[in-house]
Parts: sequence; C-alpha cells; structure tokens
Amino acid sequence: MSAVTPKGVLTTPIFKNNPIALQILGICSALAVTTSMSVSLVMTLAVIFVTAFSSMFVSLIRHHIPSSIRIIVQMTIIASLVIVVDQILKAFAYEMSKQLSVFVGLIITNCIVMGRAEGFAMTNTPGLSFLDGVGNGLGYGFILMTVGFVRELLGSGSVFGFTVLQPVQDGGWYVPNGLLLLPPSAFFIIGLIIWALREMQPEQVEENEFKMKENTQPKEAV
Amino acid sequence: MEHYLSLFVATVFVENMALAFFLGMCTFMAVSKKVSSAIGLGIAVITVLTITVPVNNLILHYLLAEGALTWTGISGTENVDLTFLGYLSYIGVIAAIVQILEMFLDKYVPALYNALGVFLPLITVNCAILGGVLFMAERNYNFGESIVYGFGAGFGWALAITALAGIREKLKYSDVPAGLQGLGITFITVGLMSLGFMSFSGIQL
Repeated sequence: MSAVTPKGVLTTPIFKNNPIALQILGICSALAVTTSMSVSLVMTLAVIFVTAFSSMFVSLIRHHIPSSIRIIVQMTIIASLVIVVDQILKAFAYEMSKQLSVFVGLIITNCIVMGRAEGFAMTNTPGLSFLDGVGNGLGYGFILMTVGFVRELLGSGSVFGFTVLQPVQDGGWYVPNGLLLLPPSAFFIIGLIIWALREMQPEQVEENEFKMKENTQPKEAV
Repeated sequence: MEHYLSLFVATVFVENMALAFFLGMCTFMAVSKKVSSAIGLGIAVITVLTITVPVNNLILHYLLAEGALTWTGISGTENVDLTFLGYLSYIGVIAAIVQILEMFLDKYVPALYNALGVFLPLITVNCAILGGVLFMAERNYNFGESIVYGFGAGFGWALAITALAGIREKLKYSDVPAGLQGLGITFITVGLMSLGFMSFSGIQL
C-alpha cells in the first residue's frame, strides 16, 4: 500500500488496489444486484455509507476495544449501520428495497467493510479511516457500475431506465441479448474487467504457479 | 414429505447458493484451489447452515416477529415488532454458533476439528450463511422447511465449490493469457458453471 495521505487513501482503491479486482473482497453481494444501473447505484451508495462510517466509528474507539473481542465489536457497529440503511430504504424507496431484497442485509458480511475496519481503521485516525472507507466504497462502486452499465445497455437496451438502443419488440432495431440479464454474465464481465485492469497494470498479474517445463528432449517426442 | 423433497431439490440445484445467488463468493474463489480443502470447507458450511437456519427461524418466530412475544404472557407485547433488530441478532447467533461448534469439535471430534482448521472461524463472515438465514426470513419458512432449506443450501454450496476445485486442478495444465491468470480465469469458469446450472431451472418434483 502506498503512503498514507488523504488523497492517496481516497484514490488508490479505485484502480490501483481495487477491492474487487485485486483483493477478491466483497464479490458476494456485488453480482446479483447489477442487472440495472439504478439498483447498482443504490447498492454503491449504501456500501460507501456503511464502509465510511463503520471505519470511522471503529477508528474512534480503537484504543478501547480489547483485541480478543474486536471482531464482534466491529460486527455490531457494521450491523447497526446496515439496519439504518435498510430502514431508510424501506421508508423512502420501498420498491428499491424490494428489488435489493436480502442483499442490503448481506452488506454486513461484505468482506470489504470488515476488511477495512480490521486492516485500516484499527491503526489509523478517524478522518483518514473515513476517507479510506469512501475510497474503497468507490472502488467497489466502480466495478458495480461498470458491470451494471454493460448488463443494462446490452441486456435491455437502456441506461438508468432510459431507452438508448430501441429494442426490436418496441419497433426498434436492437435485438436484446438475454444472456446479459442472466446471473452468469456478471462473472464473464468481471473476469474481463480484471483482465483489462491487469493489462494496464502488469505488476498485478499473478505468477503462473505451474509453469510448463520446456521440452528438453524434442527428439524423443517425434 | 413430497413438499420437503421438492424444496430440497430446488434449493440444491435451481437456487444454488453459489451459482445462482453468488453467495459466499469470497471464500468460494479463495479456497477452491484444491479439492481436499474445498470438501473440508463444504462440510463445515453444511454443518453451520443446517444448525443456524432453524435456530434463527425459532428466534424470528418466538422473539422478533410482530406479536411473537405473546407467549411470555406479559401484557402489551402483542404490538411489539422487533424485526428491525433481525440483522443484529442473526449475525450474533451465527457468530456464537460457530464459536460453540468450534469448541465442541475441538473437545469431542478432534480429527474433524483439525481437518477443518482455519475454515471454521472464517465461516462467520461467509455470506452464504447470513444469506441463507435472510432468505429463510424473507420467505417465511416454518421450522421443518427451515431445516430442509438450511441443509439443502449448504449441500448445494459444497457441491459447487467441490466441482470448481476439480476444474481448477485440471486448469493448472492449460495455457491461460497472462492477464487472466488466476482470478480472471476463475471468474470465467464460474460463469460457465453457473450457465450450466441454469439448465436446472424449472425442475420440479
């Protein structure tokens, strides 16, 4: 991780150290909510809110948490914040909360939130932890919005519910690709995003653990 | 009986935790490099889900749901609705049960305890467990259904991770583009598996 500066903690998680693409954290809830962009946006905002505030609160009381029970303390803070988000959604955006169903609750076990509370907030000041939470939430949101954009645009020909590519059944020309509305397509898209990010930043490429040995006796093979 | 069987089959194949709802993905990707460790984790998930889903079902119906406290006989409890405390109590119960299970296995079944090793505490933050509990609460299962659902969900998850580990062991010998190495190709593999599992949708007994 680079130097701990306010700007650094805010921007590195987006491309350089993306929580989803590099650290395999928080994919659990990321995939099922990306069929349309508006749902992805709400999910992103919820995760940014929870990550930022849980990091801040954990950091505020970090000198008072006995290390043997720190996980349960962090869990309690996170779960309370998620309850707040869930109640707000139910009160002001009931349709949206129906669509997200259990995935709001699953923010509790989203590894990004826990990971940042445990890995960053326990050793840094509240202000920095807050920014780190926002940064990681943005990194999560970046992947989520990209996947949501591709899936909604090619799957139903619209962006945020506005028709961009007129589908055939409404008299247009675009034949919607039904595969992109199905769950598996999210995996393909994330796989391709990881590929693209790693082409841009070759130092992220994983070592090949099982490299084939060069054929040393080519004559015998013939 | 038939109802339970059909629920079980639907939970394992049609609504597979890992491949249809993407739950427990973090561990799914991280621990699927070897078949033996995948099976260990799978068994742990089955055990924890089979216990936590019914226990949380009881808590929901006897403590949290609207009017659930009437059995205490205290007047004025008919209108108490504590469902908003759900998340907090579910995660607390899961953490406690995992801890108890760990101590129990350590004392009475040390062989299994050693085999599961570090996976057991990790299960607390596995989204598949909390996901299973939340689906149970959302769909209003009764106690019997929740046992079947818990076991079925765990079994489906274990099946998926074992299959993925098998594929990844074979994948060692293939020539993958550098950028896709490791995580990238795993995502695409899981996507293809998930596509395969889609063919089960609509199956009913």
